[in-house]
Amino acid sequence: MDLKFSEADVTFREEVINFLETEYPDDIKEKQDKRIPLEKDEIVRWQQILNKKGWFAINWPTEYTNHEELSVTQKYILQEELAKANTPTNIPFGVGMCAPVVYTFGTDEQKEKFLPSILNSEVWWCQGYSEPGSGSDLASLKTKAELKGDKYIVNGAKTWTTLAQHADWIFCLVRTETTDIKQEGISFLLIDMKTPGIEVKPIITIDGSHEVNMVYFDNVEVPAENLVGEQGQGWNIAKFLLAHERSGIAGIAALKRELTRLKDLSSDIPLGEGTLLEDVQFRNKIEETEIELTATEFTELRTLAAMSQGGSPGAESSILKIKGTELQQTISELFVEMLAYYAHPFYLENEIGTNETVGPDYAAPVMPHYLNYRKVTIYGGSNEIQRNVISKAILGL
Amino acid sequence: MDFTFNEEQTLIQDQVDQFVQKEYDWETRQSLSNSDLGFGESNWQKFAELGWLGISVSEDSGGFGGSAIESMLIMEAFGKGLVVEPFLETMIMAGSLIDNHGSDEQKSLVLEPAISGEMHLALAYAEPQSRFNLSDVVTEAKADGENYILNGYKSVVMNGPSANKVIISARTSGSQLDENGITLFIVDSDSNGLAKTNYKTVDGRRASDLTLENVSVSKDNIIGSLDSGFEILDSAIDKAILAISAEAVGAMEVLYKTTVEYTKTREQFGTSIGKFQVLQHRMVDMFMEYEQCKSLLYMATMKHEEGAPDAKKAISGLKYQVGKAGKFIGQQAVQLHGGMGVTDELNVGHYFKRLTTVGTIFGNTDYHLKKYTSL
Repeated sequence: MDLKFSEADVTFREEVINFLETEYPDDIKEKQDKRIPLEKDEIVRWQQILNKKGWFAINWPTEYTNHEELSVTQKYILQEELAKANTPTNIPFGVGMCAPVVYTFGTDEQKEKFLPSILNSEVWWCQGYSEPGSGSDLASLKTKAELKGDKYIVNGAKTWTTLAQHADWIFCLVRTETTDIKQEGISFLLIDMKTPGIEVKPIITIDGSHEVNMVYFDNVEVPAENLVGEQGQGWNIAKFLLAHERSGIAGIAALKRELTRLKDLSSDIPLGEGTLLEDVQFRNKIEETEIELTATEFTELRTLAAMSQGGSPGAESSILKIKGTELQQTISELFVEMLAYYAHPFYLENEIGTNETVGPDYAAPVMPHYLNYRKVTIYGGSNEIQRNVISKAILGL
Repeated sequence: MDFTFNEEQTLIQDQVDQFVQKEYDWETRQSLSNSDLGFGESNWQKFAELGWLGISVSEDSGGFGGSAIESMLIMEAFGKGLVVEPFLETMIMAGSLIDNHGSDEQKSLVLEPAISGEMHLALAYAEPQSRFNLSDVVTEAKADGENYILNGYKSVVMNGPSANKVIISARTSGSQLDENGITLFIVDSDSNGLAKTNYKTVDGRRASDLTLENVSVSKDNIIGSLDSGFEILDSAIDKAILAISAEAVGAMEVLYKTTVEYTKTREQFGTSIGKFQVLQHRMVDMFMEYEQCKSLLYMATMKHEEGAPDAKKAISGLKYQVGKAGKFIGQQAVQLHGGMGVTDELNVGHYFKRLTTVGTIFGNTDYHLKKYTSL
């Protein structure tokens, strides 16, 4: 056991820092630092810069990226430095979700067709999982795909579809058969969002933003070749994907940055004769959070180390999902507490970073973020469901 | 000991409950909140006609001589409907202050028109650096003949946009954190040198930041006496804490009941999710937190009415509990509603947002725990 970084790792860290100094565009950096939401083309531009360097699809097998594979330690260093510099978070639906399914379960034709455009961020994906009647009980989904000749005819509705308004393609769980065991009739289908019969309707969330959508399918014709894996194998793919999704969900590096930022900002807030950071009550909360965060960081590192030895993320990823999302909420809450009254003025996304706002210049996005982040203990399998997974799969209850 | 309401109190409770149930459905509330004004002017006139605005104002000041109990009942019912009309701001925060400490002239020029619904008021006590400390005042007022000249900045003044007159705390002597040396002034909104930046707040209400540049105010507009505004302000905030806590209790009741109903009807895994023990226990905790708040609300309101020596401590204990329970109930109501809980469409998220701001307004849990310890 050894916590020290090797000389090669130290050199790698310097390489990342140098890369960020020269390649991270000033205009994107400025928006990120002001917490102004980015436009799609700005995210694409940044993902392409990362990809050129080989630091975008770092979890893919190297045969699909033509880049050198990073070690677990290098990935950790890379993510830490990217987060410290506050670079945009990768949109996960293509690179982190659809691609692993395609390279694990897809045909050679599917790999050739879909992976390159995900790698260079040309094609954007969204996720068609939840339905109005199927949330935690995902396997009860009803969106139907009937095979007629060489086409599937898809009918139904998906909900909470993040960024569907910008997506070119959607990967969907659909019901291809009515079976006694509901999991057995589910298939994994890739659908072009431009296909006639698809309608996207926005859902506005309590922070006033438009991030998620309803996606309706009315007799949508999908070529049968867009089925991934075997018909009826969709649930296994979904489970594989959810484990993948959860393993990166903790976002530890970003949380470390935000906690540091919280300390910096609260050390500038006067409270009586001292500062807010010096206030015992506030400081204790920050320290409790820091300890929990460190524990979660090392739980993640242990999981990653096991994975690099050939293990696959199993129920352990549920621990990271629970702890990571609880930390995200706690930290977003501490920001609100720090601001006191200046968390209350309400601004829409397009007002953030303008002269219209009152209070400290960092105030406007704080409450929307807190409100928006109530979602994190609900999505990706609610934390109640994650506890069920741990109780069943790890504790054997 | 008696926890029952008298006949008049029961009458007003029924009346306000009826109003919220029959005339304040969710669509109405949202359209009022999203209107330019941010609330219903016709509702406000109705409150005046029904005598609600002056209900807790003393008869000497032109009111109906009710107690804090009547205000509590009104606010609790308002909390159930998430009513956005600024009863708290105009009548409790500013109105009670003038009722208890204003001159006869101030009562007839400011309080009486407020009771009859012709005038809106606000209380501007917070500053960018002050957080919840009422005695942290940098805004200053300097004597200039018969007038005072005010310079400074006031933060997040609730009901600021509609207020015709604003009560402003300013330093007339001493240093920034001193309790002595603070004076309260009634300032016209259209005074020269007073600029408002108006905005919507996250709970669907309205507020302003105020910039004061050489605003000239007659010394007749001082409430109480020079340099002794702190205690007046502090006791007005005590009343306001009782009122906003009553509102929170009403909102909590709706949230826990709505959540229970939802989990009875939402089916997953072939059964209603309310059958899952982990959710049952969560909702039992929500229910108990609500009951605990209600208990402290009644206790603190009665202690305040009786002028008990530990009334202030009781009020800080109440506000601490409201902050803690409001957060728990609000967050869990959203969690148990799943994705629907974070939508703008469903009312649950809006109740959660109001409980979030209520948790901060007049001091958060940390502040009141500390205050409770010190009293």
